[in-house]
Amino acid sequence: MAKLLINNVSLKYHTIEDEIEALREFNLKVTAEEFIGIVGPSGCGKSTLLSLIAGLIKPTTGSIILDGTPISGTTQKIGYMLQQDYLFEWRTILDNALLGLEVMHRKTPDSIARVKQMLKDYGLSGFENSYPHQLSGGMRQRVALIRTLATEPDLLLLDEPFSALDYQTRLAVGEDVCRILCQHRKTVIMVTHDIAEAISMADRVIVMTPRPGRVKSEHVIDFGPEYSHGSPLKRRESPKFREYFAAIWKELNSNEQ
Amino acid sequence: MNSKQGRQALYSIEHVRYLRRIRVRRRIIVLLQIMLLISAFAIWEAAADYGWINQFITSKPSRAWTAVVNLFNRGELWRHLGYTIGETCLGFSVGTMAGIIVAAMLWWSDFISKILDPYIVILNSVPKVALGPIFIVWLGTGLKAVVAMAIATSVIVTIMVVHNGFKNIDPNKIKLMHTFGATRLQIFTKVVIPASIPTMIAALKVSVGLSLVGTIVGEFLGSKAGLGYLIVYGGQIFNMSLVMAAVIMLSIVSALLYYIVVLLERKVVKYNH
Ligand SMILES: Nc1ncnc2c1ncn2[C@@H]1O[C@H](COP(=O)(O)OP(=O)(O)O)[C@@H](O)[C@H]1O
Ligand SMILES: [Mg+2]
Repeated sequence: MAKLLINNVSLKYHTIEDEIEALREFNLKVTAEEFIGIVGPSGCGKSTLLSLIAGLIKPTTGSIILDGTPISGTTQKIGYMLQQDYLFEWRTILDNALLGLEVMHRKTPDSIARVKQMLKDYGLSGFENSYPHQLSGGMRQRVALIRTLATEPDLLLLDEPFSALDYQTRLAVGEDVCRILCQHRKTVIMVTHDIAEAISMADRVIVMTPRPGRVKSEHVIDFGPEYSHGSPLKRRESPKFREYFAAIWKELNSNEQ
Repeated sequence: MNSKQGRQALYSIEHVRYLRRIRVRRRIIVLLQIMLLISAFAIWEAAADYGWINQFITSKPSRAWTAVVNLFNRGELWRHLGYTIGETCLGFSVGTMAGIIVAAMLWWSDFISKILDPYIVILNSVPKVALGPIFIVWLGTGLKAVVAMAIATSVIVTIMVVHNGFKNIDPNKIKLMHTFGATRLQIFTKVVIPASIPTMIAALKVSVGLSLVGTIVGEFLGSKAGLGYLIVYGGQIFNMSLVMAAVIMLSIVSALLYYIVVLLERKVVKYNH
Protein backbone atom coordinates (compact mmCIF):
# COMPACT_ATOMS: atom_id res chain seq x y z
CA MET A 1 0.00 0.00 0.00
CA ALA A 2 1.22 3.47 -0.76
CA LYS A 3 2.28 5.56 2.21
CA LEU A 4 0.93 8.71 0.63
CA LEU A 5 -1.38 9.24 -2.32
CA ILE A 6 -1.96 12.62 -3.87
CA ASN A 7 -4.95 12.43 -6.22
CA ASN A 8 -5.67 15.17 -8.74
CA VAL A 9 -5.00 17.89 -6.23
CA SER A 10 -5.65 21.46 -7.35
CA LEU A 11 -5.32 24.57 -5.28
CA LYS A 12 -6.37 28.13 -5.89
CA TYR A 13 -5.40 31.02 -3.64
CA HIS A 14 -7.92 33.83 -3.46
CA THR A 15 -6.88 37.37 -2.78
CA ILE A 16 -8.79 40.58 -3.38
CA GLU A 17 -6.63 41.48 -6.36
CA ASP A 18 -6.44 38.09 -7.96
CA GLU A 19 -7.05 34.39 -8.01
CA ILE A 20 -3.85 32.35 -8.20
CA GLU A 21 -3.88 28.77 -9.36
CA ALA A 22 -0.89 27.31 -7.53
CA LEU A 23 -1.42 23.61 -8.31
CA ARG A 24 -3.44 21.90 -11.04
CA GLU A 25 -4.25 18.21 -10.97
CA PHE A 26 -1.16 17.15 -9.12
CA ASN A 27 -0.67 13.41 -8.76
CA LEU A 28 1.95 11.55 -6.75
CA LYS A 29 2.31 8.20 -5.06
CA VAL A 30 4.92 7.74 -2.35
CA THR A 31 5.85 4.37 -0.88
CA ALA A 32 6.98 3.90 2.71
CA GLU A 33 10.60 4.84 3.49
CA GLU A 34 11.02 6.48 0.12
CA PHE A 35 12.97 9.73 -0.14
CA ILE A 36 11.33 12.01 -2.71
CA GLY A 37 13.04 15.13 -3.99
CA ILE A 38 10.87 17.77 -5.61
CA VAL A 39 12.42 20.44 -7.82
CA GLY A 40 10.71 23.17 -9.78
CA PRO A 41 10.98 26.83 -10.64
CA SER A 42 10.28 29.24 -7.81
CA GLY A 43 6.62 30.03 -7.33
CA CYS A 44 5.48 26.76 -8.92
CA GLY A 45 3.65 25.63 -5.80
CA LYS A 46 6.22 23.47 -3.99
CA SER A 47 5.61 24.98 -0.55
CA THR A 48 1.89 24.92 -1.26
CA LEU A 49 2.11 21.19 -1.93
CA LEU A 50 3.83 20.58 1.40
CA SER A 51 1.29 22.73 3.25
CA LEU A 52 -1.49 20.67 1.66
CA ILE A 53 0.11 17.38 2.70
CA ALA A 54 0.68 18.76 6.21
CA GLY A 55 -3.02 19.58 6.41
CA LEU A 56 -2.43 23.30 6.93
CA ILE A 57 -4.60 24.16 3.92
CA LYS A 58 -7.32 22.21 2.13
CA PRO A 59 -7.15 21.38 -1.58
CA THR A 60 -9.67 23.11 -3.81
CA THR A 61 -10.30 19.77 -5.49
CA GLY A 62 -8.76 16.33 -5.17
CA SER A 63 -7.67 14.40 -2.12
CA ILE A 64 -4.57 13.42 -0.19
CA ILE A 65 -4.51 10.04 1.48
CA LEU A 66 -2.02 9.08 4.18
CA ASP A 67 -1.89 5.43 5.27
CA GLY A 68 -5.31 4.87 3.78
CA THR A 69 -7.10 7.79 5.42
CA PRO A 70 -7.76 11.17 3.82
CA ILE A 71 -5.96 14.09 5.42
CA SER A 72 -8.20 16.62 7.12
CA GLY A 73 -6.09 18.90 9.27
CA THR A 74 -2.72 18.44 10.89
CA THR A 75 -1.68 15.06 12.17
CA GLN A 76 1.10 13.90 14.46
CA LYS A 77 2.22 11.40 11.81
CA ILE A 78 3.66 14.23 9.75
CA GLY A 79 6.67 16.36 10.60
CA TYR A 80 7.10 19.57 8.62
CA MET A 81 10.41 21.38 8.58
CA LEU A 82 10.14 24.90 7.25
CA GLN A 83 12.52 26.81 5.03
CA GLN A 84 14.25 28.46 7.99
CA ASP A 85 14.79 27.18 11.48
CA TYR A 86 12.41 29.67 13.17
CA LEU A 87 13.88 28.82 16.55
CA PHE A 88 12.28 30.94 19.27
CA GLU A 89 14.97 33.31 20.48
CA TRP A 90 13.49 33.42 24.00
CA ARG A 91 13.72 29.65 24.46
CA THR A 92 16.82 27.63 25.19
CA ILE A 93 17.95 25.04 22.65
CA LEU A 94 16.47 22.21 24.69
CA ASP A 95 13.15 24.05 25.07
CA ASN A 96 13.10 24.79 21.35
CA ALA A 97 13.68 21.13 20.57
CA LEU A 98 10.84 20.22 22.94
CA LEU A 99 8.34 22.68 21.42
CA GLY A 100 6.41 20.12 19.36
CA LEU A 101 6.14 17.65 22.23
CA GLU A 102 4.99 20.45 24.50
CA VAL A 103 2.27 21.56 22.09
CA MET A 104 1.09 17.96 21.73
CA HIS A 105 1.11 17.47 25.52
CA ARG A 106 3.65 14.70 25.11
CA LYS A 107 6.45 16.21 27.18
CA THR A 108 7.36 13.46 29.65
CA PRO A 109 10.60 12.61 31.45
CA ASP A 110 11.10 9.87 28.84
CA SER A 111 10.60 12.11 25.83
CA ILE A 112 12.80 14.82 27.37
CA ALA A 113 15.55 12.26 27.89
CA ARG A 114 15.16 11.12 24.29
CA VAL A 115 15.47 14.68 22.96
CA LYS A 116 18.51 15.32 25.15
CA GLN A 117 20.08 12.19 23.71
CA MET A 118 19.33 13.39 20.17
CA LEU A 119 20.99 16.72 20.92
CA LYS A 120 24.04 14.80 22.08
CA ASP A 121 24.03 12.45 19.10
CA TYR A 122 23.83 15.30 16.63
CA GLY A 123 26.72 17.28 17.99
CA LEU A 124 24.87 19.71 20.23
CA SER A 125 25.90 18.48 23.64
CA GLY A 126 26.69 21.34 25.96
CA PHE A 127 24.28 23.65 24.13
CA GLU A 128 21.04 22.53 25.82
CA ASN A 129 20.83 25.72 27.85
CA SER A 130 22.22 28.10 25.23
CA TYR A 131 20.00 30.46 23.29
CA PRO A 132 19.62 30.24 19.48
CA HIS A 133 21.70 33.36 18.77
CA GLN A 134 24.72 31.61 20.27
CA LEU A 135 24.61 28.85 17.62
CA SER A 136 25.89 28.74 14.05
CA GLY A 137 23.46 28.38 11.14
CA GLY A 138 24.24 24.70 10.69
CA MET A 139 23.71 23.96 14.37
CA ARG A 140 20.41 25.83 14.38
CA GLN A 141 19.20 23.82 11.41
CA ARG A 142 20.05 20.60 13.25
CA VAL A 143 18.05 21.82 16.26
CA ALA A 144 15.13 22.46 13.91
CA LEU A 145 15.45 18.91 12.58
CA ILE A 146 15.53 17.50 16.11
CA ARG A 147 12.46 19.58 16.96
CA THR A 148 10.70 17.95 13.98
CA LEU A 149 11.94 14.43 14.72
CA ALA A 150 11.19 14.69 18.44
CA THR A 151 7.48 14.17 17.85
CA GLU A 152 8.33 10.93 15.99
CA PRO A 153 6.50 11.56 12.71
CA ASP A 154 6.82 8.88 10.06
CA LEU A 155 6.41 11.20 7.09
CA LEU A 156 8.80 14.13 6.95
CA LEU A 157 8.26 17.20 4.81
CA LEU A 158 11.33 19.35 4.24
CA ASP A 159 10.89 22.72 2.55
CA GLU A 160 14.23 23.85 1.16
CA PRO A 161 15.74 22.91 4.49
CA PHE A 162 19.25 24.12 3.71
CA SER A 163 18.57 27.22 1.65
CA ALA A 164 19.49 29.56 4.50
CA LEU A 165 22.94 28.02 4.89
CA ASP A 166 26.17 28.78 3.07
CA TYR A 167 27.41 26.16 0.58
CA GLN A 168 29.97 24.52 2.84
CA THR A 169 27.56 24.17 5.78
CA ARG A 170 24.85 23.01 3.42
CA LEU A 171 26.87 20.03 2.28
CA ALA A 172 27.83 19.14 5.84
CA VAL A 173 24.30 19.46 7.24
CA GLY A 174 22.90 17.59 4.21
CA GLU A 175 25.25 14.78 5.04
CA ASP A 176 24.10 14.72 8.68
CA VAL A 177 20.44 14.95 7.83
CA CYS A 178 20.65 12.13 5.31
CA ARG A 179 22.37 9.90 7.82
CA ILE A 180 19.83 10.74 10.52
CA LEU A 181 16.84 10.19 8.24
CA CYS A 182 18.12 6.90 6.84
CA GLN A 183 18.81 5.68 10.34
CA HIS A 184 15.25 6.53 11.41
CA ARG A 185 13.74 4.93 8.25
CA LYS A 186 11.45 7.86 7.58
CA THR A 187 9.47 8.58 4.48
CA VAL A 188 10.71 11.95 3.26
CA ILE A 189 9.49 14.54 0.80
CA MET A 190 12.08 17.24 0.30
CA VAL A 191 11.49 20.36 -1.75
CA THR A 192 14.52 22.16 -3.11
CA HIS A 193 15.56 24.39 -5.96
CA ASP A 194 19.01 22.81 -5.95
CA ILE A 195 19.03 19.95 -8.48
CA ALA A 196 22.32 18.55 -7.16
CA GLU A 197 20.96 18.45 -3.65
CA ALA A 198 17.87 16.55 -4.78
CA ILE A 199 19.90 13.99 -6.76
CA SER A 200 22.42 13.51 -3.97
CA MET A 201 19.75 12.67 -1.40
CA ALA A 202 16.59 11.33 -3.05
CA ASP A 203 15.47 7.96 -4.36
CA ARG A 204 13.20 9.70 -6.83
CA VAL A 205 13.20 13.27 -8.13
CA ILE A 206 9.96 14.91 -9.27
CA VAL A 207 10.25 17.87 -11.64
CA MET A 208 7.36 20.32 -11.51
CA THR A 209 6.07 22.65 -14.22
CA PRO A 210 5.85 26.39 -13.63
CA ARG A 211 2.65 27.62 -12.01
CA PRO A 212 0.09 26.06 -11.97
CA GLY A 213 2.33 23.28 -10.74
CA ARG A 214 1.98 19.75 -12.05
CA VAL A 215 4.31 16.78 -12.25
CA LYS A 216 6.38 17.31 -15.36
CA SER A 217 8.59 14.26 -15.10
CA GLU A 218 9.90 11.73 -12.64
CA HIS A 219 13.46 10.47 -12.35
CA VAL A 220 14.27 7.36 -10.39
CA ILE A 221 17.72 7.87 -8.90
CA ASP A 222 19.66 4.67 -8.60
CA PHE A 223 23.37 4.79 -7.97
CA GLY A 224 23.58 1.09 -7.45
CA PRO A 225 23.65 -0.90 -4.21
CA GLU A 226 26.91 0.52 -2.87
CA TYR A 227 25.35 3.99 -2.82
CA SER A 228 21.96 3.10 -1.36
CA HIS A 229 21.41 5.03 1.87
CA GLY A 230 24.88 6.35 1.20
CA SER A 231 26.30 9.73 1.81
CA PRO A 232 25.20 12.56 -0.48
CA LEU A 233 28.81 13.62 -0.88
CA LYS A 234 29.77 10.20 -2.13
CA ARG A 235 26.84 10.23 -4.52
CA ARG A 236 27.98 13.53 -5.92
CA GLU A 237 31.21 11.91 -7.00
CA SER A 238 29.54 9.06 -8.85
CA PRO A 239 29.75 9.23 -12.67
CA LYS A 240 26.02 8.70 -12.86
CA PHE A 241 25.47 11.91 -10.91
CA ARG A 242 26.28 14.07 -13.91
CA GLU A 243 23.89 12.14 -16.15
CA TYR A 244 21.01 12.67 -13.74
CA PHE A 245 21.97 16.28 -13.33
CA ALA A 246 22.01 16.90 -17.07
CA ALA A 247 18.66 15.19 -17.59
CA ILE A 248 16.89 17.08 -14.82
CA TRP A 249 18.54 20.37 -15.68
CA LYS A 250 17.27 20.02 -19.24
CA GLU A 251 13.77 19.27 -18.00
CA LEU A 252 13.76 22.33 -15.77
CA ASN A 253 15.16 24.60 -18.45
CA SER A 254 12.70 23.54 -21.10
CA ASN A 255 10.16 24.88 -18.60
CA GLU A 256 11.45 28.37 -18.85
CA GLN A 257 10.60 28.87 -22.52
CA MET B 1 34.63 42.47 36.66
CA ASN B 2 37.45 40.01 37.19
CA SER B 3 37.07 38.36 33.81
CA LYS B 4 37.00 41.79 32.21
CA GLN B 5 40.31 42.70 33.79
CA GLY B 6 41.70 39.28 32.93
CA ARG B 7 40.76 39.77 29.30
CA GLN B 8 42.17 43.26 29.28
CA ALA B 9 45.60 41.91 30.16
CA LEU B 10 45.61 40.10 26.81
CA TYR B 11 44.82 43.20 24.78
CA SER B 12 47.47 45.20 22.98
CA ILE B 13 48.54 48.58 24.34
CA GLU B 14 46.65 50.33 21.55
CA HIS B 15 43.45 48.57 22.51
CA VAL B 16 43.88 49.37 26.20
CA ARG B 17 44.42 53.00 25.25
CA TYR B 18 41.35 52.92 23.08
CA LEU B 19 39.25 51.51 25.92
CA ARG B 20 40.64 54.11 28.31
CA ARG B 21 39.83 56.91 25.88
CA ILE B 22 36.23 55.71 25.65
CA ARG B 23 35.97 55.43 29.42
CA VAL B 24 37.41 58.89 29.99
CA ARG B 25 35.07 60.37 27.41
CA ARG B 26 32.07 58.74 29.08
CA ARG B 27 33.12 60.14 32.48
CA ILE B 28 33.56 63.63 31.06
CA ILE B 29 30.06 63.48 29.61
CA VAL B 30 28.53 62.48 32.96
CA LEU B 31 30.57 65.14 34.74
CA LEU B 32 29.40 67.84 32.31
CA GLN B 33 25.80 66.69 32.67
CA ILE B 34 26.02 67.14 36.43
CA MET B 35 27.79 70.49 36.11
CA LEU B 36 25.18 71.73 33.68
CA LEU B 37 22.46 71.06 36.24
CA ILE B 38 24.43 72.62 39.09
CA SER B 39 25.30 75.74 37.10
CA ALA B 40 21.70 76.18 35.96
CA PHE B 41 20.61 76.18 39.59
CA ALA B 42 23.55 78.43 40.58
CA ILE B 43 22.75 80.98 37.88
CA TRP B 44 19.09 80.91 38.87
CA GLU B 45 20.05 81.49 42.51
CA ALA B 46 22.50 84.27 41.66
CA ALA B 47 20.13 85.97 39.23
CA ALA B 48 17.50 86.07 41.94
CA ASP B 49 19.97 87.30 44.60
CA TYR B 50 21.30 90.11 42.42
CA GLY B 51 17.83 91.12 41.35
CA TRP B 52 18.26 90.33 37.63
CA ILE B 53 14.99 88.43 37.84
CA ASN B 54 12.01 88.96 40.09
CA GLN B 55 12.21 86.44 42.93
CA PHE B 56 8.52 86.87 43.60
CA ILE B 57 7.58 85.27 40.31
CA THR B 58 10.61 83.05 39.63
CA SER B 59 11.48 81.99 43.18
CA LYS B 60 14.97 80.48 43.57
CA PRO B 61 16.48 77.08 44.36
CA SER B 62 17.24 77.78 48.04
CA ARG B 63 13.68 78.93 48.66
CA ALA B 64 12.28 75.94 46.76
CA TRP B 65 14.40 73.78 49.03
CA THR B 66 13.01 75.59 52.10
CA ALA B 67 9.51 74.89 50.77
CA VAL B 68 10.35 71.18 50.59
CA VAL B 69 11.76 71.26 54.14
CA ASN B 70 8.63 73.02 55.38
CA LEU B 71 6.43 70.38 53.79
CA PHE B 72 8.56 67.72 55.41
CA ASN B 73 8.36 69.38 58.83
CA ARG B 74 4.60 69.63 58.57
CA GLY B 75 4.58 65.92 57.72
CA GLU B 76 2.93 66.56 54.34
CA LEU B 77 5.82 65.77 51.98
CA TRP B 78 5.35 61.99 51.97
CA ARG B 79 1.61 62.31 51.71
CA HIS B 80 1.79 64.41 48.53
CA LEU B 81 4.54 62.32 46.99
CA GLY B 82 2.75 59.14 48.01
CA TYR B 83 -0.50 60.24 46.39
CA THR B 84 1.12 61.15 43.09
CA ILE B 85 3.31 58.04 42.92
CA GLY B 86 0.50 55.77 44.12
CA GLU B 87 -2.08 57.16 41.71
CA THR B 88 0.37 56.95 38.83
CA CYS B 89 1.34 53.37 39.62
CA LEU B 90 -2.27 52.33 40.06
CA GLY B 91 -3.36 54.00 36.82
CA PHE B 92 -0.32 52.65 35.05
CA SER B 93 -0.84 49.03 36.19
CA VAL B 94 -4.57 48.98 35.54
CA GLY B 95 -4.14 50.81 32.22
CA THR B 96 -1.38 48.46 31.10
CA MET B 97 -3.24 45.32 32.08
CA ALA B 98 -6.48 46.50 30.50
CA GLY B 99 -4.54 47.58 27.41
CA ILE B 100 -2.87 44.20 27.03
CA ILE B 101 -6.16 42.35 27.57
CA VAL B 102 -7.91 44.47 24.93
CA ALA B 103 -4.96 44.04 22.55
CA ALA B 104 -5.20 40.27 23.08
CA MET B 105 -8.91 40.35 22.25
CA LEU B 106 -8.22 42.35 19.10
CA TRP B 107 -5.56 39.82 18.13
CA TRP B 108 -7.92 36.96 18.83
CA SER B 109 -10.63 38.27 16.55
CA ASP B 110 -9.47 40.10 13.49
CA PHE B 111 -13.12 40.80 12.72
CA ILE B 112 -13.69 42.68 16.00
CA SER B 113 -10.38 44.45 15.51
CA LYS B 114 -11.49 45.71 12.09
CA ILE B 115 -14.82 46.91 13.52
CA LEU B 116 -13.22 48.78 16.40
CA ASP B 117 -10.29 50.18 14.45
CA PRO B 118 -11.69 53.67 13.63
CA TYR B 119 -12.95 54.15 17.18
CA ILE B 120 -9.57 53.35 18.66
CA VAL B 121 -7.90 55.81 16.29
CA ILE B 122 -10.38 58.53 17.28
CA LEU B 123 -10.10 57.78 21.00
CA ASN B 124 -6.35 57.99 20.68
CA SER B 125 -6.48 61.48 19.20
CA VAL B 126 -9.02 62.87 21.70
CA PRO B 127 -7.19 65.00 24.29
CA LYS B 128 -7.84 63.00 27.45
CA VAL B 129 -7.92 66.19 29.58
CA ALA B 130 -11.35 66.77 28.09
CA LEU B 131 -12.60 63.70 29.94
CA GLY B 132 -11.56 65.08 33.34
CA PRO B 133 -14.81 66.85 34.22
CA ILE B 134 -16.77 63.73 33.26
CA PHE B 135 -14.73 61.57 35.64
CA ILE B 136 -15.21 64.12 38.41
CA VAL B 137 -18.97 64.07 37.94
CA TRP B 138 -19.03 60.29 37.88
CA LEU B 139 -16.46 59.49 40.55
CA GLY B 140 -16.23 62.66 42.65
CA THR B 141 -13.04 64.63 43.24
CA GLY B 142 -10.11 62.72 44.66
CA LEU B 143 -8.28 59.48 44.14
CA LYS B 144 -10.82 57.67 41.95
CA ALA B 145 -11.12 60.43 39.36
CA VAL B 146 -7.36 60.95 39.30
CA VAL B 147 -6.69 57.24 38.73
CA ALA B 148 -9.37 57.21 36.03
CA MET B 149 -7.54 60.09 34.31
CA ALA B 150 -4.23 58.21 34.55
CA ILE B 151 -5.82 55.10 33.03
CA ALA B 152 -7.54 57.08 30.28
CA THR B 153 -4.34 58.79 29.19
CA SER B 154 -2.28 55.61 28.97
CA VAL B 155 -4.60 52.77 27.99
CA ILE B 156 -5.24 53.62 24.34
CA VAL B 157 -1.56 53.94 23.45
CA THR B 158 -0.90 50.63 25.20
CA ILE B 159 -3.67 48.95 23.19
CA MET B 160 -2.33 50.32 19.91
CA VAL B 161 1.35 49.57 20.50
CA VAL B 162 0.79 46.09 21.95
CA HIS B 163 -1.78 45.09 19.31
CA ASN B 164 0.64 46.22 16.62
CA GLY B 165 3.34 44.09 18.22
CA PHE B 166 0.99 41.08 18.31
CA LYS B 167 0.15 41.54 14.64
CA ASN B 168 3.76 41.89 13.52
CA ILE B 169 4.92 38.50 14.71
CA ASP B 170 6.59 36.47 11.99
CA PRO B 171 3.74 34.44 10.45
CA ASN B 172 6.16 31.58 9.93
CA LYS B 173 6.55 31.19 13.68
CA ILE B 174 2.79 30.78 13.83
CA LYS B 175 2.87 28.40 10.86
CA LEU B 176 5.46 26.35 12.74
CA MET B 177 3.05 26.10 15.67
CA HIS B 178 0.27 25.03 13.28
CA THR B 179 2.45 22.21 11.97
CA PHE B 180 2.40 20.78 15.50
CA GLY B 181 -1.38 21.17 15.60
CA ALA B 182 -1.26 24.00 18.13
CA THR B 183 -4.50 25.60 19.36
CA ARG B 184 -5.02 29.34 19.18
CA LEU B 185 -4.47 29.61 22.93
CA GLN B 186 -1.16 27.74 22.65
CA ILE B 187 -0.09 30.03 19.83
CA PHE B 188 -0.95 33.01 22.01
CA THR B 189 0.85 31.86 25.13
CA LYS B 190 3.86 30.20 23.50
CA VAL B 191 4.55 32.59 20.63
CA VAL B 192 2.59 35.82 20.67
CA ILE B 193 3.19 36.78 24.30
CA PRO B 194 6.89 35.89 24.57
CA ALA B 195 7.69 37.33 21.14
CA SER B 196 6.00 40.61 22.13
CA ILE B 197 7.81 41.14 25.43
CA PRO B 198 10.15 43.76 23.90
CA THR B 199 7.17 45.57 22.35
CA MET B 200 5.29 45.46 25.63
CA ILE B 201 8.26 46.98 27.45
CA ALA B 202 8.40 49.72 24.83
CA ALA B 203 4.70 50.34 25.48
CA LEU B 204 5.37 50.49 29.23
CA LYS B 205 8.04 53.15 28.69
CA VAL B 206 5.56 55.36 26.89
CA SER B 207 2.59 54.69 29.14
CA VAL B 208 4.41 55.26 32.44
CA GLY B 209 5.05 58.85 31.36
CA LEU B 210 1.49 59.25 30.10
CA SER B 211 0.06 57.90 33.35
CA LEU B 212 1.99 60.56 35.22
CA VAL B 213 0.58 63.21 32.88
CA GLY B 214 -2.91 61.86 33.54
CA THR B 215 -2.35 61.85 37.29
CA ILE B 216 -1.13 65.45 37.37
CA VAL B 217 -3.99 66.65 35.18
CA GLY B 218 -6.40 64.74 37.42
CA GLU B 219 -4.89 66.39 40.49
CA PHE B 220 -5.16 69.81 38.81
CA LEU B 221 -8.85 69.31 38.19
CA GLY B 222 -9.93 68.06 41.56
CA SER B 223 -7.93 66.73 44.48
CA LYS B 224 -6.68 67.59 47.94
CA ALA B 225 -3.26 65.94 47.70
CA GLY B 226 -0.41 65.20 45.32
CA LEU B 227 2.19 67.18 43.42
CA GLY B 228 -0.43 68.38 40.93
CA TYR B 229 -2.49 69.73 43.80
CA LEU B 230 0.59 71.49 45.26
CA ILE B 231 1.31 73.14 41.93
CA VAL B 232 -2.25 74.47 41.55
CA TYR B 233 -2.51 75.44 45.20
CA GLY B 234 0.90 77.18 45.16
CA GLY B 235 -0.12 79.07 42.04
CA GLN B 236 -3.38 80.22 43.60
CA ILE B 237 -1.73 81.61 46.73
CA PHE B 238 1.19 82.95 44.67
CA ASN B 239 3.70 80.81 46.51
CA MET B 240 6.10 80.25 43.60
CA SER B 241 8.66 78.46 45.78
CA LEU B 242 6.08 75.77 46.48
CA VAL B 243 5.25 75.53 42.75
CA MET B 244 8.92 75.25 41.76
CA ALA B 245 9.58 72.70 44.51
CA ALA B 246 6.66 70.57 43.31
CA VAL B 247 7.75 70.79 39.67
CA ILE B 248 11.30 69.73 40.54
CA MET B 249 10.02 66.83 42.65
CA LEU B 250 7.77 65.86 39.76
CA SER B 251 10.76 65.70 37.41
CA ILE B 252 12.55 63.42 39.86
CA VAL B 253 9.48 61.18 40.24
CA SER B 254 9.08 60.85 36.48
CA ALA B 255 12.75 59.98 36.04
CA LEU B 256 12.48 57.37 38.81
CA LEU B 257 9.39 55.73 37.34
CA TYR B 258 11.03 55.53 33.92
CA TYR B 259 14.13 54.05 35.47
CA ILE B 260 12.08 51.34 37.16
CA VAL B 261 10.72 50.28 33.75
CA VAL B 262 14.26 50.20 32.37
CA LEU B 263 15.30 47.95 35.27
CA LEU B 264 12.33 45.71 34.56
CA GLU B 265 13.39 45.51 30.93
CA ARG B 266 16.88 44.38 31.89
CA LYS B 267 15.42 41.73 34.16
CA VAL B 268 12.86 40.35 31.74
CA VAL B 269 14.73 40.35 28.45
CA LYS B 270 17.42 37.81 29.28
CA TYR B 271 18.15 36.69 25.77
CA ASN B 272 19.62 39.24 23.41
CA HIS B 273 19.69 39.25 19.67
N1 LIG C 1 -1.23 32.64 0.99
C1 LIG C 1 -1.14 32.92 -0.33
N2 LIG C 1 -2.03 33.75 -0.91
C2 LIG C 1 -1.95 34.01 -2.23
N3 LIG C 1 -1.04 33.52 -3.04
C3 LIG C 1 -0.12 32.68 -2.54
C4 LIG C 1 -0.12 32.34 -1.15
N4 LIG C 1 0.90 31.49 -0.92
C5 LIG C 1 1.51 31.32 -2.11
N5 LIG C 1 0.90 32.03 -3.08
C6 LIG C 1 1.27 32.02 -4.50
O1 LIG C 1 1.16 30.73 -5.00
C7 LIG C 1 2.27 30.41 -5.82
C8 LIG C 1 2.99 29.19 -5.31
O2 LIG C 1 3.64 29.53 -4.08
P1 LIG C 1 4.62 28.55 -3.33
O3 LIG C 1 3.92 27.26 -3.09
O4 LIG C 1 5.14 29.25 -2.15
O5 LIG C 1 5.77 28.35 -4.42
P2 LIG C 1 7.22 27.73 -4.25
O6 LIG C 1 7.36 27.19 -2.87
O7 LIG C 1 7.30 26.69 -5.31
O8 LIG C 1 8.19 28.82 -4.55
C9 LIG C 1 3.14 31.64 -5.87
O9 LIG C 1 2.88 32.32 -7.08
C10 LIG C 1 2.70 32.47 -4.69
O10 LIG C 1 2.79 33.84 -5.00
MG1 LIG D 1 8.70 27.79 -1.28
